[in-house]
Amino acid sequence: MKLSVLLMTCFALLMPAVAGAQQPPANPPANLAPDQLIKNVSNEVLEIVRKDKDIQAGNNRKILDLVETKVLPHFNFTHMTQLALARDWRVANPAQQKTLTDEFRTLLVRTYSKALTEYKNQVIEFKPFSLKNGETDVKVRTQIVQSGAKPISLDYYLEMLPQGWKVYDIEVSGISLVTNYRDTFASEVRNNGIDGLIAMLQTKNRSLEPK
Amino acid sequence: MSRVYLEVFRNLAGLAIAGAMLGLLGGCASTGVAKDPLEGYNRAMFAFNDGIDRAILRPVAQGYADVVPATLRTGVSNFYGNIADVFIAVNNLLQGKLPEAAGDVGRVAVNTTMGLLGVIDFASDFGLEKHDEDFGQTFGRWGVGDGPYVMLPILGPRTMRDAFAQILDSKTDPVIQLDDVPVRNSLVVMRAISDRSEYLAADKIVQEAALDRYAYIRDAYLQRRRYRVYDGNPPRVLDDGAQLETPSKYAALQAGMDSPNKP
Repeated sequence: MKLSVLLMTCFALLMPAVAGAQQPPANPPANLAPDQLIKNVSNEVLEIVRKDKDIQAGNNRKILDLVETKVLPHFNFTHMTQLALARDWRVANPAQQKTLTDEFRTLLVRTYSKALTEYKNQVIEFKPFSLKNGETDVKVRTQIVQSGAKPISLDYYLEMLPQGWKVYDIEVSGISLVTNYRDTFASEVRNNGIDGLIAMLQTKNRSLEPK
Repeated sequence: MSRVYLEVFRNLAGLAIAGAMLGLLGGCASTGVAKDPLEGYNRAMFAFNDGIDRAILRPVAQGYADVVPATLRTGVSNFYGNIADVFIAVNNLLQGKLPEAAGDVGRVAVNTTMGLLGVIDFASDFGLEKHDEDFGQTFGRWGVGDGPYVMLPILGPRTMRDAFAQILDSKTDPVIQLDDVPVRNSLVVMRAISDRSEYLAADKIVQEAALDRYAYIRDAYLQRRRYRVYDGNPPRVLDDGAQLETPSKYAALQAGMDSPNKP
């Protein structure tokens, strides 16, 4: 009796592991090449933006929802916040790090969403990309082509994590949306500490709340 | 021709002095960023330029973008781009990039003739890639350092190196060389409007993104500048920013103390 219970328990404990082991193809993002991931997400999001009249009219709620569900799962915001804070990241305690990441995430999402509504008739061209064996940190280059203006380069930096490729930096025309905050953040921390920076981000984010 | 320069520079000098005085008034606003020792002056000049932009340049550029169809705007932008290709060729030559320089000459030849004085950019369709060079980038290639960030009146942000290079850029600018003053002035104004209209979308994004507009634009300018000097492939800056601060200051921050250079 006892043995069978033990066996049953073992089996029950093993089940998820076995089920998990049989499932790698059920988690395709992990296997998707970084350039393919960027291509899929860009095309899917732009397709929705092009068809959605509300988004084109500037419906903030809808754009944010779109970015939240389609784009954000592929971003590593902790890494982004680390990059923006540089060595001040290690000055912050874990609770402050979490708050900083949440607030910075909100700010970046707003900016990214704003960019989406500003460039609604864009066509994205993907530059040739090849993944070298064993590479875990790559740059995927794209270009926004629009009539009446010069093309804008839009490059994504991705890293390989257990959950798949994640974006940790975005460069528009060579300007990193992440490290561009470094000096602003460093100045604020120097003058008012980590909590000062948190307050600064919170004030900015509240001023941008969709009305 | 040189009288024109004198006139331009006298006007700029006057503005610079006005700006410098504003700068002295606002001189205490420094946040202690190493690449921006002139921050007090720069912030004042930035506010001055921003005022002019808001009052004149931006509304005009917005009107231009609203009224003029995109195809025509592309034509205008191409026209100036073709003129710029002449001195992009010169700078590629000075940087020893011969294939690029040859490409630029080919672009001008194709676009000036087939492309109706540059209005249509056929060269790009033929695979002759458009480059982006100026004397500041050439000096950068030659190893001249950036120098401090400086906000010029009307012209906007530069590095000190590029501010000096600007004199050469203007001297080799075929538009500024024109003898017919009304034509020259119209072309200069039209170019400013066309250039400005390409940054209208970026304005709104900066509005959304920036915590400190001055610092955001400064850092974006410097990143962009570096990217252009390296022709789109700058080496990546160290992730931990270790080069930015001294260890002792870091230790003081960790101990929860105020930084020694707090104003």
